[in-house]
Formats: sequence, structure tokens, C-alpha cells
Amino acid sequence: MSFPWAKNYEPQQPLMKWLDEKLPLPRLVYNAIGAGYPVPRNLNYFWNFGVLAGAALMIQIITGIILAMHYAANVGVAFNSVEHIIRDVNAGWFIRYAHMNGASMFFIVVYLHIFRGLYYGSYKAPREMVWLLGVVIFLLMMATAFMGYVLPWGQMSFWGAQVITGFFSAIPIVGEPVRQWLLGGFVPDNATLNRFFSLHYLLPFVILGVIILHIWALHIPGSNNPTGIEVKDEQDTVPFHPYYTAKDGFGLGIFLLVFVGLTFFSPNMLGHADNYIPANSLSTPAHIVPEWYFLPFYAILKAFTFNFLWIDAKLWGVIAMFASIALLFFLPWLDSSPVKSSTYRPLYRWFFWVLVADVLLLGWCGMQPAEQPWVILSQIGAIYYFAHFLIILPIVSRIERPLPMPNSITEAVLAKHADDKSAATA
Amino acid sequence: MVRPLGFLVGLGFVAALLLSLVTTPLKNEPNVAYSFVKHPRHLKLASDGLMPHWDQAQLQRGMQVYKEVCSACHSLNLVAFRNIQDLGYTEGQVKSFAKGFQVPSVNPDTGEVATRDGLPSDHFPAPYANDVAARAANNNAIPPDLSLITKAREGGKDYIYSLLTGYQNPPANLPAELKPGTGLHYNPYFPNLNLAMAKPLSDGQVTYADGTKASVDQMAKDVTAFLVWTAEPKLVKRVQVGWAVFGFLLIFTVLTYLSYRNIWADKKH
Repeated sequence: MSFPWAKNYEPQQPLMKWLDEKLPLPRLVYNAIGAGYPVPRNLNYFWNFGVLAGAALMIQIITGIILAMHYAANVGVAFNSVEHIIRDVNAGWFIRYAHMNGASMFFIVVYLHIFRGLYYGSYKAPREMVWLLGVVIFLLMMATAFMGYVLPWGQMSFWGAQVITGFFSAIPIVGEPVRQWLLGGFVPDNATLNRFFSLHYLLPFVILGVIILHIWALHIPGSNNPTGIEVKDEQDTVPFHPYYTAKDGFGLGIFLLVFVGLTFFSPNMLGHADNYIPANSLSTPAHIVPEWYFLPFYAILKAFTFNFLWIDAKLWGVIAMFASIALLFFLPWLDSSPVKSSTYRPLYRWFFWVLVADVLLLGWCGMQPAEQPWVILSQIGAIYYFAHFLIILPIVSRIERPLPMPNSITEAVLAKHADDKSAATA
Repeated sequence: MVRPLGFLVGLGFVAALLLSLVTTPLKNEPNVAYSFVKHPRHLKLASDGLMPHWDQAQLQRGMQVYKEVCSACHSLNLVAFRNIQDLGYTEGQVKSFAKGFQVPSVNPDTGEVATRDGLPSDHFPAPYANDVAARAANNNAIPPDLSLITKAREGGKDYIYSLLTGYQNPPANLPAELKPGTGLHYNPYFPNLNLAMAKPLSDGQVTYADGTKASVDQMAKDVTAFLVWTAEPKLVKRVQVGWAVFGFLLIFTVLTYLSYRNIWADKKH
């Protein structure tokens, strides 16, 4: 499943030889993320974010398991048990803030990872399955993050749960019964909190399983690279270890510095003041806003205000919000251009950057109250979002004339160095 | 097949959004209250910034204001007497301070509801037995618990400080519907402009042991500083540990960068 020149695991020590015969686990690791995995030599720093996402998941699992030792999933005590962790548990304040900001860090690196894939065409053949599994991971992350945010049982936890489970009640006829079934009641209550805690503990391990599939699927064609040209021979690649373990180690250092900056110096910057008020079903917060990583989707939800084609505006919003993620499953087939990297796609490149700006705009609008100019801006933003993937991209990939491409990765690398040299001597 | 279908779905969403766009009025409903609400004034405390410390004298004064003024209506449920050692009190002082409070208990012989002297492990007792009593005594508004108040409001400590010092007579041009009703008090820092809490502080209301003049502004600053501590007692420790971790990681990152450069030295990429 790898290139013919991939290094073979040859244990030297008797213990490792013995282990390799009985259970070749070191061999698996060696071939997956060791010297046995040949990787294109020209990856840039945007290829760090996959490993960083894995690191973020591990941080979340470890801090989460410790938090679960002290947390109590009962509406009577949940809020105070989180405060107990911060105030009384040894280094509990650190574990709690690390978990809280770790979720944000996880989403930051995953968003960069996704946009890397969009820019360099990593979703295209032969890596469609890698992309599909990635979208599954993204969906699982969103579900996990949402349920985790409910657990402290503050005002935003409660009302967030109320709003998000309320999406289901937009479905005609079965909507309200489905919502009650999900909540285990008419409003979020103890049954809701308990099942969310159970699922919040379960889903990260499901994510871990899908990540293993994601990496497995990746290792069949091997990693994409900034040129988008497939590996042709051995000189196009370097072994993952030590070359990319070293580079990822440096990336991890930068990631942890940002993470530490947030966790220790401004742990509540990305949170909401309202979530330090205990949940109260009789008092609605002035603005119910989800966590920052959901804001673009929240803006899409709120952009629909017109009952079009006998479909209620609220239902349009809910369908559009789910569709905005579901359409990613079809991306490998919406984009028919055989060229992967935007470096050689003069037209698509522009639309990519418009999409980046559009998602940032939607995120900003999602944070604002339902007032002008935010409503009209989120409507324009949502129009572009759907048009980009469903209308513009299929047309662009048909009419675009790609730039001339080098024959191989090595040729691209050597040409780049020749340019650098002539620029330096000139 | 995906592309034509996707195209149609895309057109559907775009059409629904365009219709939403043209049917949404461009003018907002005017909100008069907005123009009267003031942005909180900044309060600088020793616990701010990247080199924070606790000003223990100020925290002690703030606790005195809480105990003598705020605690008549507001609970401080999350703070135990033992925690106030952070404020510079000795174990003995904490014990005798706790003893000055009566906390709910049961009579060990009869099992009847009773009270006993506070212990360092007890939390500050709440002023009301339950929410109904709190509502009944306060014009139907429950005074919020203050333990987390500086983290639980937009604007944080600035908001609390501004609110405490911001009581004033309603401006003459205030529309009638925004004028304070019975039992409400005008304060431009409060999002609804009128709140149930009457002006809690007046000059000289407490007598500070350290001789500080107890002006409204001084008491507001002190009690806000105290409430910053109750909301986040680990704040100073957190930032201090943060610098140590940051320094360690900086060295780690430099080393990983150098090893990265070293390993890649012979490889063009």
C-alpha cells in the first residue's frame, strides 16, 4: 500500500524482533508515521495541521478524562462542580481552561487543515475517501463540541441546547416529537444533560477511530503536496521520520505556545460571560450566540427570512445549515478540474480567496444581533457560499485553462531553488 | 449527475436567499434605550495584565464592603472562609472570622433545624433561605449571587465598578417609557437603564481599619477588586505558572526549529 522504495522495518534488538513476530505493532507505527512512510519532499507549513489536529484531540481526551473524574452530570450540581474543579481541585483550573480552550485550538487547526485541502485540491482523486472521512470527523467534532458546551450548565449551555435541538422541531409533523425524544423531555433538563455527557465522552473515541481510517486511506495514495503532482519516483519523497517528525515537532511548539497563551493569559476570551450564570429556564439571555467555531453556520441559519416554495423560512435555514456542510461530501465530484493545486489554477485561486473572506464575513455576522446591516451581509455571504460550491466551482473547473505545470515534484523544487539563486545573484 | 443536481440545489438556495434579501427591511427598528446606555468606565486593578498580583489591603477592604453592605441581599455561595487566607489573613484570623457567622445546621440531639458558629470549611452563608424569600424582600427581583459576577457580565469588573458608581437622576430628555417605575432606579450602565437595586453605597458608609477614606468611588473599587478575586481566586497563580510554561515551550520550540533545520540541511524542498 505504499511506494516500492518505502523503507522496510528491520528490528535490531531481540526484544523488538520477538515483538515483531508476535504482534507487529512497531511495524505498523513505523509504516504509518515513521521512516517507512515516504512523503513528498516539498510540503509547506500548511501540512503541519493534520498532526496538530491529532495532538489537539489527544489533549482534549486527556484533559477530558481528568475533568470527568471531578464533574457531576446532574442539573442540581453540574455548574458548581465545574467551579469546584476550578477552585478546589489541584491544578483543576488548568485542566478546565486547557479543555475549554483546547476545543477552540482543535477547531482552529482543523479549519486551517480543511482550507489547506481546498486550496491544494487534496479532496480530488485519488484522495476522495480521505476527504469524505475528514468531513465525517468534522461533523463528529461539531456534535462533540456542542454537547461539551452544554455540560457546565450555564445560561449559554442551556439556551444553546434549547436553540440547537429546536432545529429539529422545524421538520414538519415529526419535528416536535423528534426534538422531545432527543432531549428526553420538553426542555433541556437532567435527562438531556446525562445523555449529552455520555455522548460527549463517547464521541471523541469514535473520532479517534475515524482518524485511523482517515490516515489509513491517506497512506494508499500518499500525501498530496503544494504542486498537486503525484509522486513519480524516490527522489520526490523523503521518509516521514526524521524529516516530517522534525518539522511537525517545530509546528507543535508553535501550536502549544498559542495554546498556552490562551489558556493561561486569557482563558475566557473566546467564551461568553453568560455561561458563568447558572442555567435558568425562566430567563432568556439577550443574545444567544454559539461558540465562535459555529458562527458561520449560525449566520447561514439566520439568513433565511422568507417562506419560499411553501417551505417555512425557519426550515429553509435549518436545511441550508445542514446542506452547507453536507455539500462538502460532494466536493470531489463538483470540481471536475484534473489540476489539484491552486498554484496552477489562475481562476479558481481567486474564488478560493473570496470563499475565505466570505466564511470570515459569515462568522462575523453570526456573532451580531438580527439587525441591519448584519442580516443583509449574512444573506449575501450565504448566497456566495452556496454559489461557490454548487454553481461557480463546476463552471470554473470546466472553463479554466490551467497554467503550465512541472513534470515532477523534484523538477518544481529544483526550479524554485534556481529562481531563488538567480534572484539572489541578480 | 452530481453537478446538474448540485446546480439546481444551488439555484434553490440562492433564490430563497435573494427573496429573503429583498423582503427584509433595510431600516432597523429604532431602539431609544441604546442612546442612553453608557459604555463602562475602565477600572485598573493590581490583578490586571500580564504581571498581576493581589493588592491584599484592597481585597480586605473590599471584603469589608461586601460583608457590611452587599451581603445584606447578595450571597457569595462559592467562597469558603478558608479561601480568604489568600487575602493575607492568618489561619487564626480565618477561624475567628468564620466564628462570627451563624451557618445553617441541625441540632445534633433533636435533629431540629438550627444554626451553629461558622468553621473555615463553611461557605459564606446566604442572606435568604430560598429564592422565594429573596424575591419577596426585593421587589420581586432576586439579587444575584456575587461569586462569579465579574466574569458573568459583559464588561466584567469595569461594568461592576461603573454600575456601583453610576446611579444618577434620569436625564430630562429621557422618554417617559424609559423612566424608572416604582421600586426601580436609574443607572445608565445597566442594559435596561432601570434596575431594582437601589444605590448601595454612600460616602463614609463603612469605616476602614487602615484609615482609607471610604468614598463611594473607593468602596466601589475595593469591592470590585474583591469580586474579581472571588470570581477567579487562581488568577495570579495562573498567569505566573503561564510564564514558566511559556518559557519552557519557547526553549522547546527553538530546539525543535534548530533540529528541523539541521535535519533538512542537505535536502532541497
